[in-house]
Amino acid sequence: MQSHCFWGSEPGLGESSTLPWQELLKWNGWGYNDSKFIFNKKGQAEFTGKRYRLGGMVLPTFKEWIEKTFGASLEHKTTSRTSLNVNDVPPSVVNEEFLQDLRATKISYSQDAEDRVFRAHGHCLHEIFVLREGMFKRIPDIVVWPVCHEDVVKIVELACKHNLCIIPFGGGTSVSSALECPEEEKRTIVSLDTSQMNRILWIDEKNLTACVEAGIVGQDLEKQLAESGFCTGHEPDSMEFSSLGGWVATRASGMKKNIYGNIEDLVIHIKMVTPRGIVEKNCQVPRMSTGPDIHHFIMGSEGTLGVVTEVTIKIRPVPEYQKYGSVVFPNFERGVACLREVAKQRCAPASIRLVDNAQFQFGHALKPQVASIFTSFLDGLKKFYITKFKGFDPNILCVATLLFEGDREKVLQHEKQVYDIATKFGGLAAGEDNGQRGYMLTFVIAYLRDLGLDYYVIGESFETSVPWDRVLDLCRNVKERIVRECKEKGVQFAPLSTCRVTQTYDAGACVYFYFAFNYRGISDPIHVYEQIERAAREEILANGGSLSHHHGVGKLRKRWMKESISDVGLGMLRSVKEYVDPNNIFGNKNLL
Amino acid sequence: MKCYTPVIYKGLSPCKPHAIKSAVLQSEQVQYVIKQLAKELGESPDIIQEEATEILDEMGHRMQLGAVRFFAFTLSKIFKQLFQRVCVNEEGMQRLQHAIQEHPVVLLPSHRSYVDFLMLSYLLYTYDLALPVIAAGIDFLGMKIVGELLRRAGAFFMRRSFGGNRLYWAVFAEYVKTMLRNGYAPIEFFLEGTRSRTAKTLTPKFGLLSIVMEPFFKREVFDTYLVPISISYERILEESLYAYELLGVPKPKESTSGLLKARRILSDNFGTIHIYVGQPVSLRTLASGRINRCPYNLVPRHLPQKPSEDIQEFVSDVAYKMELLQIENMVLSPWVLVAAVLLQNLPAMEFELLIEKTLWLKGLTQTFGGFIEWPDNLCAKKAVLSGLTLHSNIACLVDGHVVLNDKGVEDGAVGEIVFRRALAVLMCATYRNQLLNVFVRPALVAIALQMAPSFRKEEVYSCFSFLRDVFSDEFIFFPGISLKDFEEGCFLLTKCDAIQTSQQEIYPTDKGSGTVSFLSAMFRPFVEGYQLIFRYLSKEMKEAFNEKQFIPGARNFVFQLLEKGSTQCYEALSSDMQKNALSALVQLGAVKRKKTPNGFTYNVNQEAVSKILDMFDARIPVQKPVAARL
Repeated sequence: MQSHCFWGSEPGLGESSTLPWQELLKWNGWGYNDSKFIFNKKGQAEFTGKRYRLGGMVLPTFKEWIEKTFGASLEHKTTSRTSLNVNDVPPSVVNEEFLQDLRATKISYSQDAEDRVFRAHGHCLHEIFVLREGMFKRIPDIVVWPVCHEDVVKIVELACKHNLCIIPFGGGTSVSSALECPEEEKRTIVSLDTSQMNRILWIDEKNLTACVEAGIVGQDLEKQLAESGFCTGHEPDSMEFSSLGGWVATRASGMKKNIYGNIEDLVIHIKMVTPRGIVEKNCQVPRMSTGPDIHHFIMGSEGTLGVVTEVTIKIRPVPEYQKYGSVVFPNFERGVACLREVAKQRCAPASIRLVDNAQFQFGHALKPQVASIFTSFLDGLKKFYITKFKGFDPNILCVATLLFEGDREKVLQHEKQVYDIATKFGGLAAGEDNGQRGYMLTFVIAYLRDLGLDYYVIGESFETSVPWDRVLDLCRNVKERIVRECKEKGVQFAPLSTCRVTQTYDAGACVYFYFAFNYRGISDPIHVYEQIERAAREEILANGGSLSHHHGVGKLRKRWMKESISDVGLGMLRSVKEYVDPNNIFGNKNLL
Repeated sequence: MKCYTPVIYKGLSPCKPHAIKSAVLQSEQVQYVIKQLAKELGESPDIIQEEATEILDEMGHRMQLGAVRFFAFTLSKIFKQLFQRVCVNEEGMQRLQHAIQEHPVVLLPSHRSYVDFLMLSYLLYTYDLALPVIAAGIDFLGMKIVGELLRRAGAFFMRRSFGGNRLYWAVFAEYVKTMLRNGYAPIEFFLEGTRSRTAKTLTPKFGLLSIVMEPFFKREVFDTYLVPISISYERILEESLYAYELLGVPKPKESTSGLLKARRILSDNFGTIHIYVGQPVSLRTLASGRINRCPYNLVPRHLPQKPSEDIQEFVSDVAYKMELLQIENMVLSPWVLVAAVLLQNLPAMEFELLIEKTLWLKGLTQTFGGFIEWPDNLCAKKAVLSGLTLHSNIACLVDGHVVLNDKGVEDGAVGEIVFRRALAVLMCATYRNQLLNVFVRPALVAIALQMAPSFRKEEVYSCFSFLRDVFSDEFIFFPGISLKDFEEGCFLLTKCDAIQTSQQEIYPTDKGSGTVSFLSAMFRPFVEGYQLIFRYLSKEMKEAFNEKQFIPGARNFVFQLLEKGSTQCYEALSSDMQKNALSALVQLGAVKRKKTPNGFTYNVNQEAVSKILDMFDARIPVQKPVAARL
């Protein structure tokens, strides 16, 4: 079996137990401290650290790609402040009576500035920008670390008693401004960090379920289940850092949902602590008809109702065999048509993704110098396909990456079926390595933004879901809109505006956009960036796309909620909030 | 030899017409309607499919470069015969060239003559631009060879009316949208729907416009460019034909032999053609902030869906906006000024006075934003003289006086004389009419000043607003902004010192009385003509009638008055004015219009019409709720 942990630490390097988690992570950027893109002394790009396959490798063509794509230059550099200036941090305002009560519970807490700033943000561009160059106006006043469900109950009781505001914090990977503290919040803000609630409470092999504390981080959950030969199969791109509770609170979606399902398909039972009390079901059954499913009030509630403490989740035996694959299509249209057909025949592999030409070029630019597994993609193509089969224009073609999982025989059978369909749409198999590389890039691409920020390039990703018949129109229009808005807002260089289809469903697909531009010459890049992102979202909605497929709403996309779910729909959600949390203890102001 | 290699939409590879046709037939949209009809009529879908194929064959273009070259060659010969010059704004062509590469383009030319689309295609060909596909009336098909040639040059044909035929509508709409979505070629059609016989912009039709806008609403295209194009003729090829037609002498059906007879025309001179290609207008920009909700998100896009009220209103606004842009960019020849002056001084006018007045009107027109082709070094006398030469069929110089050329048969019967005179007046009016939409806002303010019982602003505005409503089909007003139009009219009159305004009052200045009376005289034929027609309706039409009865009836009524000499309003003979007056009454609620299987029937509310007549005569004050802030 191939390691399915290509995204994360090799065995033995998982230091999360030896060092506090927070110390391992960047305070002002994405991911691990030791993993980042740099330009070495020769001016060549390099990815540091040993956590990823790309680690320690030189990427000879990457510099040129950056220069060509963004018009960026290595001579023009911005630098983040190197560490947090504690004097800038808003003071912690905590009522002494509450502190006394808290001490009595023996729950650990901190009022340290770094601890509080670390939990004052997610990973939206503007949040990272603030960390590098400014300071948040409002951050949590105190961080608490409950270690079990009962601790959470006590904290929520205290918050109610002292009228405090609680903001639950899991992995901190939010990209919807969900973790930002409302500036106007006058009460003490308590950041409830669930990271110490990270145990698997039990595994039920007969029913294939596991009860897990909600603070566990994705990679730890999979690692620990793997010790017993199981997995959940839930792999969102953020799974190295995001937590089970966070998945539930945002309605997360995993890369391999075609086999394992999205979070709503995986969850069997949820325990949540609310100001009203504890909400849970009386049994752990696959389905029940007892009115609207209360789980659906919880999933996607984004921390506005309470804290998810324990989740019973479906598990599966670790698959016997995994195989990557890739297919090249003459153009994006053919690629989408193929994915649609695969979805129609309901034979999607564990994961199937289609990247457009710009992302294909980007993947090519990240090709390392050495290492035989990264045999040159384009060179091979040039020799074989492009010359042999005319019409495969390297500036138009696009690539689908595949991941098959299951027992060996079935995987091979399945693989053949999918490749046969691809052939009908002009697709050509392009090898396992390219597929695997594609998935690896998903994880390292997040590190790229920090590099960009050093060279006046800012960027972000966003996603949507859309019916099949509108996929092409939506992709084209949104990309075009971004290009136009950049031009109108005075962005000097054409932006990178690219997309990929990352999930297929019976009735539609999930589309992911990446968008980045060089902001030299613009005085307020974040404002410009936000205007463009907003325009892009308007465009998505006008094209029949959803407000979000899995990132959630947070505070970033609240303004479109009414339009998305109607007045009455919004009222329904509000009335739940009013009943469950009348005093707005969970006052992060997300969603509604 | 020059090679024709037009720029195309984003590197698209051109597609053969038959491939487009099969794409249209196989489209979900058309297939859906075919299935629906099959179910409803209990017929086999194959039969209906067949029908659709026939419709498409009748309609579709067969653009062939050979035909285009042949056409271009012949046209260049013919045009050189007919016209002295063709003037085009170069930067407009360049803008168009950019637009065509960027987004699908819709060309919206004004429509004064059959020459319009021939000339436009020829022009695009000369500038190496993609030839447009043109929505032309199906009556062209009667012209055997020419019809086929037009088809090969890229014209496609639509029936004049197909409101009831769902299959026709589906096939036609899909055909247009396919052309547009794929950017195969610019689409060209006439917002006015038909050639304006009066050279005055006709109120827009919305059907085709809403078809070409739909791909954007459904986001099948990122954007669509609408390009208003103003084509003006120093002398209109069909001028006398139009005059006859307006007077009820039936129009000859388009036929090839008719066109051959038109060869006689070839020996004639028709002066200069001015083509102004306007700034391409982005539909996306127009729609931003207007169409927020996404009405097409909840229904599959291929299902036929009636546009929401929002969208209908938007389409109408865009149509008016485009026509106003056409008007703004329309090049006016000096003769247009001459005609306007002459019509106020019938039957004859001293040549020197005509020159003086023409020059004065030139200044006024420019103040009002009219776009006059009058070279700096051209002296007024020369300009007037060259106009008279070109239009010797309308007026001529006799003994130092300019007289209308209305002498057909010497010593004819009274009726004959009236008819001849009417013909000359209507032809002359065709040229004056080109000024009217530039003048209408200040002129209606001037007339309102004379109508209103006092100079109080509210009263003047009430009269203005009443006139604007009455003439809403006669002139082009952007829907619903009466107050803004009023303010613009007042502003322009103030600019030329004709009026002064205070907080509460608007009054004419001594200096400006000439301007005010000129303006009201300019529009008098309409004011008087409408009154005559209203009078006819209120007196003679006691029972329900249809248009076929109304037009000859009204014509006879006016004709008799002219014979008796009790009116001088020859323009009231124009069927165009008669139709507009009737539809104004319908809109004012004084006439009820009912749809019947054989067209519309009308019922006059005598009392309401008399009341409107009284308002015209200022016997009773115009009652209108006054806008709150004036």
